Amino acid sequence: MAVAASIAVEERSVQVRMASPSRFGDKAFEWLTLAMALAVVVLVILIGWQLWIGSSVAIKKFGFHFLVTSTWDPVAEQFGALPFIYGTLVSSLIALLIAVPLSIATAAYLTELAPLWIRQPLVSLIEMLAAIPSVILGLWGIFVMIPWLRDYPFPFLKRLFGWTPFFSGPIYGPSMLAGGIIIAIMILPIITSVSREILRSVPNLQREAAYALGATRWEATRIAVFSYAKKGLFGAVILGLGRALGETMAVTMVIGNTPQIAASLLKPGYTLASVIANEFTEATTDMYLQALFEIGLVLFGITILVNLLAQLLLRTITTTSATRAVQ
Amino acid sequence: MHLERADNHTWRKIKSALASTIAFVSAILVISPLGLVFFHLLVNGAGSVNWDFLTKLPAPVGAVGGGMANAIVGSLELLAFAGVIGIPIGVLGGVYLAEYGSARINSVLRFLADVLNGVPSITWGVVVYGLVVLRFKGFSAYAGGLALGLIMIPLILRTTEEVVLLVPNGYREAALALGVSRWKTIVHIVMKTASRGIITGILLALARVGGETAPLLFTAFGNRFWNHSLSQPIAALPLQVFTYAISPYDDWHRQAWAGALVLVTGIFCVNVLVRILTRGHAASVV
Repeated sequence: MAVAASIAVEERSVQVRMASPSRFGDKAFEWLTLAMALAVVVLVILIGWQLWIGSSVAIKKFGFHFLVTSTWDPVAEQFGALPFIYGTLVSSLIALLIAVPLSIATAAYLTELAPLWIRQPLVSLIEMLAAIPSVILGLWGIFVMIPWLRDYPFPFLKRLFGWTPFFSGPIYGPSMLAGGIIIAIMILPIITSVSREILRSVPNLQREAAYALGATRWEATRIAVFSYAKKGLFGAVILGLGRALGETMAVTMVIGNTPQIAASLLKPGYTLASVIANEFTEATTDMYLQALFEIGLVLFGITILVNLLAQLLLRTITTTSATRAVQ
Repeated sequence: MHLERADNHTWRKIKSALASTIAFVSAILVISPLGLVFFHLLVNGAGSVNWDFLTKLPAPVGAVGGGMANAIVGSLELLAFAGVIGIPIGVLGGVYLAEYGSARINSVLRFLADVLNGVPSITWGVVVYGLVVLRFKGFSAYAGGLALGLIMIPLILRTTEEVVLLVPNGYREAALALGVSRWKTIVHIVMKTASRGIITGILLALARVGGETAPLLFTAFGNRFWNHSLSQPIAALPLQVFTYAISPYDDWHRQAWAGALVLVTGIFCVNVLVRILTRGHAASVV
């Protein structure tokens, strides 16, 4: 690269003397590509600005209370986002509890434990799972997953843990738990593929040292690989959290869409993203629309912070391949 | 003492085998939703994908039959419009990062692109609603296409940058040594060499936004008829699947499954195409 650059510089100085017309072409092309690259800066600012001006009246009217009150009454124009913030956090937490152990175990299987011939086909299947659109998973959730959950696992959970507040009350089907499960399915592929890249970037010397000390395969994975990759794996989990918080269609279709804060995971909930999806086109008054814009701003703020954290964690050990998997 | 050590060794072996088994079961669990979704798509959808479904407009509410032809065409129109916005900006931006940008500028731009990739797709819908729909007082194909196009920019930018960086420097040096100007070297030599990877990135981005619903809910909005002007609301396949799935009508549920099957088939065809494009180039692209 350095060589190419220096050659480019020399070539440019030659062109200065020759006053070749392509000197203009070079400058123009560089500026053109720069302008396009700056689109990412413009877009980040544009999103923040548009959400801010779209909700400025609501922000002024409700202030900090918007985040901590739980009345959502469009008729009385009283808006509090707490049930949605609660629903988003709880459903994402459920999703992480399910997806993280499965994803990291799968990543370890793919890099450390699986027979070589099985690895590539498995990776392809996981990429295919990632390609399934959210709305289709939601469709499957409504007509296949929810009836099944309602008939078998939910009664079972209720019988076992019904005495705790988390699994008490009647069984509806569409519920916080169903939402969490569907989000878990959505984020499995990304956590798995990023974790896999992280584990792959662990130097082989680590493993060889462990084996040389007589470690078994699992011991080598646990001691030499996991402890080395701890920070990166944490980054992968946070990245998954970022996706979970913003997941919209599939959750909207199975979570029940009821703005309430209930301890029972078998009761319906609501998330920030789903309230926007459901109510945006129904927002008849300006203040209603403003409140929904503010929900968008809150969601954007949370996901930006979570993503920044994930990028920082991943950047420290990043190889290009790890960031590639991020997409 | 000796026996004890042997026991310990056996126990460690068992533990290792147990861990491998758990990891194997996890892998099966991770890919099982894929199999289940496919199975149910085929069972519930295959019977309803027929000529009528692909060529007819939706039947009036309550009536049985009809199809999703307008949604299929609408999705293609939206993708074309999204491509017009997302492809040039993403590709040229990626070229800047790979060819011109200094290390510091690049790390900032890359960081922002990765952050943008993490922005929930519903947020893009809200932003485009504020930018376009409120301003021009109406849902439109333009707004929907713009939302999808903006989502494509950071995706294509990152893939383009990576494949352009993979072009060996010798190619650039050879062209420059022949007196070819820098921009022509980049366009005719570098981008051409990387074209397979660039196209792969574009196809993956199209497949990704082709299945997006959230950004279209209040931009493209949906339409039960043919769209005759891009300034009017337009139907899209994922949007139609969503509307039908949450409707109370059995016949619409049946069509939602059929629409989902068509959508997934389209997306997987693109993914297979990508695999064919990158076959034998596994190390060089994506």
